[in-house]
This record gives sequence, structure tokens and C-alpha cells, in this order.
Amino acid sequence: MNTATVKLSATVKESITDKPKAAWNYKNGAYFLLKALLTVSGFVIAVAVNIFFPQKAAVEIKNYTLSIFGLNIGLTMNDLYRALLVGLILIYTVSAIRSLADKDKRKKFCKNAAFRSALGLALAVWDIGGTKLQIFAQPFFPGPAQVAEAYLADGEYVLQNTLYSLRLYSAGFSCGVLLGVGTGILIGWFPKVYYWVYPVLKITGVVPAVAWMPFALTLLPNSFTAAVFLIVICAWFQIAFLTAQGIQSTPKQNYEAARILGSDPVDLIFHVAVPHAMPDIFTGITSANAMAFTTLVMSEMLGQPGGLGYYINQSKVWSAYYKVLAAIVIMAVLFSLINHIIGRIQKHTLRWQEGVVKK
Amino acid sequence: MSSSINISQVDRIYTDTDGRTVQALKNVDLDIKAGEFISLIGPSGCGKTTLLRLIAGLDKPQAGQLSIDGRKITGVDPERGYVFQQGSLFPWLDIGHNIAYGLRARGQLKQKKAKVGEYISMVGLDGFEKSYPHQISGGMAQRVAIARALINEPKALLLDEPMGALDSFTRADLQDKLLELWKENGTTMILVTHDIDEAIYLSDRIVIMTPRPGKISRVIEVDLPRPRHRGGIEFLAMRKEILELFELAQAQPQPEYNI
Repeated sequence: MNTATVKLSATVKESITDKPKAAWNYKNGAYFLLKALLTVSGFVIAVAVNIFFPQKAAVEIKNYTLSIFGLNIGLTMNDLYRALLVGLILIYTVSAIRSLADKDKRKKFCKNAAFRSALGLALAVWDIGGTKLQIFAQPFFPGPAQVAEAYLADGEYVLQNTLYSLRLYSAGFSCGVLLGVGTGILIGWFPKVYYWVYPVLKITGVVPAVAWMPFALTLLPNSFTAAVFLIVICAWFQIAFLTAQGIQSTPKQNYEAARILGSDPVDLIFHVAVPHAMPDIFTGITSANAMAFTTLVMSEMLGQPGGLGYYINQSKVWSAYYKVLAAIVIMAVLFSLINHIIGRIQKHTLRWQEGVVKK
Repeated sequence: MSSSINISQVDRIYTDTDGRTVQALKNVDLDIKAGEFISLIGPSGCGKTTLLRLIAGLDKPQAGQLSIDGRKITGVDPERGYVFQQGSLFPWLDIGHNIAYGLRARGQLKQKKAKVGEYISMVGLDGFEKSYPHQISGGMAQRVAIARALINEPKALLLDEPMGALDSFTRADLQDKLLELWKENGTTMILVTHDIDEAIYLSDRIVIMTPRPGKISRVIEVDLPRPRHRGGIEFLAMRKEILELFELAQAQPQPEYNI
């Protein structure tokens, strides 16, 4: 008994003496500052390399004139590349300041520091090997500044194509989601519909949407509607499949409880079955989304008068691989953004799920 | 605000997937007075939940008839509230919306919005309106289920072992809450339970059922004055009486071997 109390007081003492020594982790101010510096250091080095590393290879540095708000600004590809890097540095600085107050954000920011720093360094190495010395195989691996040049040379055209892709995607995907959820509800709710439609869905659903392209191109009035059609069917099947599954797995007790409380059948569908199916519907939407991107780019490459896929194809013909890369960068950013937006909507809609809401 | 329920000559037979028939209820007669608190008690398989589902209108009998205030029961109706054993809350709705479900479904939410807060306080869950079912304890969830049923102002409340999955402290707490609500609302209460103490503590009458085939073997009047004490001498005497009844009510002991 006595020894136990002594031991206990000893541990208490230890923990007291431990306290003043601040832990060397994300909670510590100096540690956080170092991590913030580490984050931007890579990009700072990338800027420095672009400015100070001698341009050895024979790369023509053209001067472009941009007019923004009536101002004419002369820019080279290196200027734009540096501006983008400085932009990244600013974004990460702001992010560091915004993370300061929140413990979780601080932790996340510190965790990402090493990767972001490596990203900057990779850009610096790419710059040297690509534009400065051209030791990578040309014209396949131009430097990052040359990729940025595509936006200077083709800016408006790239924007047009991006908007075309976006238009195609949003028309196709939103129709696909609506049709998919609608069909899914019908299949999940009415056994008759299940009997007749489900097998069709199951068999046709495994066929990649682009396989239908010949039909789409000949049967539909123009190539835009043809591509919309392809995106619609690729989203449709996947989402309908999972929606039906979610509706069918609704526990009987939920329906019974709702009926006793006064729900009519329509109410049961929209206030019991559909909410219960929501997690499955979102699983369907996320996976259909990835397939919709593929279908979008494929159909643009194969038969569209515009879009990022079309731009890639056209640039490839002229061996303008820096433009191909420029389009790929836009795709990566755009599609990540769309994924992010869907993720946010999902998180908000499914906030009732365990593990999504914090106490 | 309360209903009398009449059950006469009710049979319910289930057929399982192998084609075997199980007589869940046979020749059940019972009259439940308006405003009465009645418990159905018995071992599993005695048909007590089946009987409750028949009263609710979730199920139909093969023979016999159930009526409420003289009207035949043909299907579910919000006038007969139902509290399930557990897990019947809608997980996608927060507590406030779960309780308001009946009002919304019947298109009365606009006029009676204030009632939601009232019923939340009635079951002592102020401040939990915005919580989701997975964030609250089992006892709280059952209180929500009771409030959700009561907001429709049912004339009879059917309770299917609502406290079966709770620990004994939470259970005692909820039993008192239930009595309080019963006193306030005067609703007819029909409780399915396998807890003898619970039945004695709450009920005016206890209906004892036996299995194979499910039927009522006895109805016991509980004439102890309220509030009752779980440890009182009369309480324990009644408990003993029922326990003895069950030993008698049990079928012949089965041999522990098979030849």
C-alpha cells in the first residue's frame, strides 16, 4: 500500500517536471515555423534555379503581350512560370497562417511540408533537365516553363477548349446522375421494374460507354449530343445499380416505423428509402465520376470539335508536347476540383453517418 | 384520448420456408380497457410480439377479429403508436426531425411546430435536437422513439420490449418516465416484456402467455397502490406468484438426450 502511494507520487512528480519542456511537434511555434519554411523552400529554390541557372540549350524565349484590364504586359514563359511559383508560395504562406489557430489543420500542414518541399525541388530539377540543359528526350519532356508557355501562346484557345469540356461534362454527368438515381429508385422499389430492367442494366452496364460511340455518332444529331449520350450512359448504369441496391437494403423496420407514424407510399420512397440509399448513391456518383472523365476525354479525342482531349490530339499532331502537358495539367486540376466539390457535397449530405460527424 | 381494444378468437399461423406451419397465436381473447396499462409477458415464442403487431395493424390474423373502440383494425394507423425494441430511429434524421417525423408525414408540421420542442423536453432531451441517433445512448434513443410515437397523440401506445436492450439503471429510469407520460397523457399502454419486475412495476394487468401454440394462460390483476416500490413485500409476493405460475405454465421438461 505504502510503496504504491510512493510510486504514484513519483510518477506525478515526473509528469510535472516534464510539463515545462514544450514538446517538439506541431504544437510548438518554432517547429511550425520551420515546417512552413520547409514547405515554401522547394518553390523558392525552383524560382532561384529559373532565374540564376544559365540557359545552355537553344530554346527560343519569345515575348508575349498580354492585355489584362486594358494594360499591355510583356511576358516570357519564364516570367509566367515564376509568377505561378510565387503564386504557390503565397498560397502556402496563407495556408500556414490560416492553419495557425486550428490544431488539426496545423498537424496536417506539418505533415504535408516534406511532400510540398519535394514538389518544388522536383520542379527545379525538371527545369534544369528540361529547358535549361535539355538533357531529357526532346520534344517529349519540355521544361515546366515551356509547359506554362502553352498558356501564353494558346491561352484563349486552351480556355475555350476547357470550357467546352466542362460544358460536355456537366451536361452529361448531371443527366446521368438524374437518370441513374431515377432508374435506381424504380428498380429498387418496384419488383416488376426490377424483373424487366435489372438484367438489361447488368449486362449492358459492363460494356465501356465508348464502345457505343459508332452508334452515338450516327444516330444522334451532332457530335456534342453524341458525347453527352456516352457520358450519360456511363454514369447512368453505375449510379442506377448502386441506388437500387441501397433502396433494397432498407431495413423493414424503418418502413414499419414510418408507416405507423403516418407515411404514405410516396413518403416511404422519398423520406425512408432514398435517404437510406444516400451512401450508396454517393458511392455510385464517385465511381461514375471517374468513368465519366475517361469517357469525356476519350470521346473528345475521337470525335469532337473541341475540348481538352481534342486539344491534346491536335497538339500531338504538331509534336507540341508542351501543349499536351499543359492540357494534362489543366485536366488534373479541373478533375481534382470536381472531385473535391463532390466530396464536399457528399460529406454534407451524409453528415448523419457515424464517423462523419464529430461529437 | 384513450381507446379500448377488443381481441376475439384470434389465430395467427406462420409458414416457414420449408413449408412447416407454426401456430403463433391460437384462440386469443382479450379486452383492454381505455387508459389501461397492460403487459404481455411470457417466454420467447409465446406470440406476444405477434399479438402486438396484430393490434398495430402491421400483420393480419387468419381467424378472429381485432377492434379498437368498436372499429375493426384493418391496417396501421397513427392513432396506435408503436415503439420498437431498438434501432428504429431514422439514422439520417437528427433527434428533432426524428420526433417531428409523424407531424411532417401527416402534413401538420407547420401548425404544430412548437410541439416538437415540447416533446423533446417531455422526455428530457433538451439540447439534443441537433444530435444524430448514433451520437446518443441506447436509453436516450428509446426516449426519442417514445416521444416520436407520442407526438401523434395516439390513443394507444404499443411498446415492444422498448427497454429490453438497456442496462438496469437506464431501464428503471425509463420505466418511471413511461409512468409519468402515461399519467400525463392517459393513453392506453400495451407493453410486451419478458421482465417480470417491469410488468409488475408498470401494469394494471399482466397477461401471461405460453408458447406452442401461443395463447393466453392467465391474466393477473396488479392491485398494488401506485407509486410502487420495487422492493416492497407485496411486490415481491406478486413476483413469486408469477414465477411459480411460469414453472407450472412451462411444458413438460424435455429429455436431454435423443434416441
